[in-house]
Amino acid sequence: MKSIQVNNIGKSYHQIPALKDISFGVEKGELFGLIGPDGAGKTTLLRILTTLLIADKGTATIEGSDVVKDYKTIRRIVGYMPGRFSLYQDLSVEENLKFFAAIFGATIEENYHLIKNIYSQIEPFKTRKAGKLSGGMKQKLALSCVMIHKPAVLFLDEPTTGVDAVSRTEFWEMLRDLKNSGITILVSTPYMDEARLCDRVALMQNGKIMNIDKPQRIIENFSRRLCAIKTKNMYRLLKDLQGFQKTNTVYPFGEFLHYTAKENDIDMKEIIKYLEQKDHEGIEMREITANIEDCFMELMNKN
Amino acid sequence: MTRFKGFIIKEFYHIFRDYRSMVILFGMPVIQILLFGFAINMDIKDARIAVLDNSKDVVTQKIIQKIVSSGYFKLTENLSGTKDIEQSFKNGKLKEVIIFEPDFTKKLYKDGQANIQIIADAADPNMANLLVNYSNAIITDFQKELMKSQNIPFQIIPEVQMRYNPDMKSVFMFIPGTMTIILMLISAMMTSISIAREKEMGTMEVLLVSPLKPVQIIIGKVVPYVFLAFINAVVILLMGTFVFGLAIKGNVVLLLAESMLFVIMALSLGIFISTAANSQLTAMMVSLVGLMLPTILLSGFIFPIENMPLVLQWISNAIPAKWFIIAVKGIMLKGTGISFIWKETVILAGMTLFFLAMSIKKFKIRLE
Repeated sequence: MKSIQVNNIGKSYHQIPALKDISFGVEKGELFGLIGPDGAGKTTLLRILTTLLIADKGTATIEGSDVVKDYKTIRRIVGYMPGRFSLYQDLSVEENLKFFAAIFGATIEENYHLIKNIYSQIEPFKTRKAGKLSGGMKQKLALSCVMIHKPAVLFLDEPTTGVDAVSRTEFWEMLRDLKNSGITILVSTPYMDEARLCDRVALMQNGKIMNIDKPQRIIENFSRRLCAIKTKNMYRLLKDLQGFQKTNTVYPFGEFLHYTAKENDIDMKEIIKYLEQKDHEGIEMREITANIEDCFMELMNKN
Repeated sequence: MTRFKGFIIKEFYHIFRDYRSMVILFGMPVIQILLFGFAINMDIKDARIAVLDNSKDVVTQKIIQKIVSSGYFKLTENLSGTKDIEQSFKNGKLKEVIIFEPDFTKKLYKDGQANIQIIADAADPNMANLLVNYSNAIITDFQKELMKSQNIPFQIIPEVQMRYNPDMKSVFMFIPGTMTIILMLISAMMTSISIAREKEMGTMEVLLVSPLKPVQIIIGKVVPYVFLAFINAVVILLMGTFVFGLAIKGNVVLLLAESMLFVIMALSLGIFISTAANSQLTAMMVSLVGLMLPTILLSGFIFPIENMPLVLQWISNAIPAKWFIIAVKGIMLKGTGISFIWKETVILAGMTLFFLAMSIKKFKIRLE
């Protein structure tokens, strides 16, 4: 039995489709990522799986329980951290944790070992109001709160949105720890770079899953040669490359442009020559391996 | 049970840590009672009057003295001629002028009849009416005494009694009314806002995805306010008694029990509102406009229901506050027992059940 099983789920809001025929399964103890930009349908999917919304079509089970019929059972065994979950701002760190333990009929003491690694970092501030915590600390507390009743499956909706880079890294380390203790985790994120931290990911766009695989495999399956290009005038470089007839795709990526040509066996020198003709200075160009975002872009173009 | 306890503790934290809730909960009742009690006072006290005494004899002096010593009036001017009347009204805060005709005493004893003219400033018609009635009463009283001393036989004197509120003090009007408004406001508005806040902050999603049942969430929200509203009811009654001299004639326990029934009714109404309102602002607007105005205008608190157009009289039957005010006035002023207000009690209980059932039915176990 899969921990999470989704079959042909579809959902529309006022005739506008938010999810189209979504199917996938998540193994027990797997850290599964839903990767996609805003509006891809991640939140809707998570809400259907946490029994908060009813799908128009399709079925889904969590630990063997149907999300519509057995919603009461599911609500006992899952932990859910919504995207705009802001805890109770006027309650202190400890009061928040106590409250969430209480409504699940648990106590902090009995499950302390589950959250020890996370909570110990914010425990020095346990009398501070949740509203006065930094973004990173808030997310740690929120994670502690949804973990305190020892859920079998954990749903996290964009837990790292609005959190600084250091806290994001820490947060993912915590998720790995939780996964290692046998909890199934379904996490959504708009940050492509976080995909490599998942066991498997589903790349979502416009309510559809474009690809499901291990992050490494997705990268390996990237079919084209990819170049990173940089010159002194990046804006003109982008325009010029977009106007170049042999260009397949070109995207800004950090301080470089990521470039693929229409033919994979194109000679690099040809591109450099073209750029020199256009009076570009300080041309830097090298071949690189793709990352998830490149794969995402490629999949998007295919669809 | 630990679930439920945890929930209630949390609710109390919310209330006690939000200074705005605290002001509404404990500041407002006191301020409203004092406002209604002192500022919007319909009682007559020291109304300014002037006298134009054309005869200046023993009897007129006696009548003037009697009027002034009643405490309702304050003599501010002695006019010398008819032409001064208009000017005096325009000049100052004069409310009434009393005019005695010339040779008042002589005419009274000779003809058995003498005339007093009362001119009131009817820019404020209610006030003018009251003043004229008061003056009339005092003069009639004087006449009675006079007749008694003259031993005139066969007289028919109507004796008017203002039962249950002999001094017609408005404190008896506004204490039940204010209590109704405050209990309504605290119960309905505060609960609907507090549920809407959970929705707004995204915490409702987490509560839904927990083993808590809808009933537990609803009752958990309500219990703290039942407690606080009870304290408020007691505070209002204590203020009425000690600040405004209200004497509760009936059974205090019954009075508090009726109040609790009304509070629970208002709470279920608040929950009902919050099942529809998704933001704190909507919840507040609906409670204020949809509940407060009808409660103030159609409950009979300020405007007598009997004087309303028939349609409004029908509508007033749907206003819970109307029935509560009838019950409370009965207990407070007449000392009636449950046997006389069972109808109101049943209506309130029925409304409570209706709103509770609707709320539980409408309470969404999901987000849509």
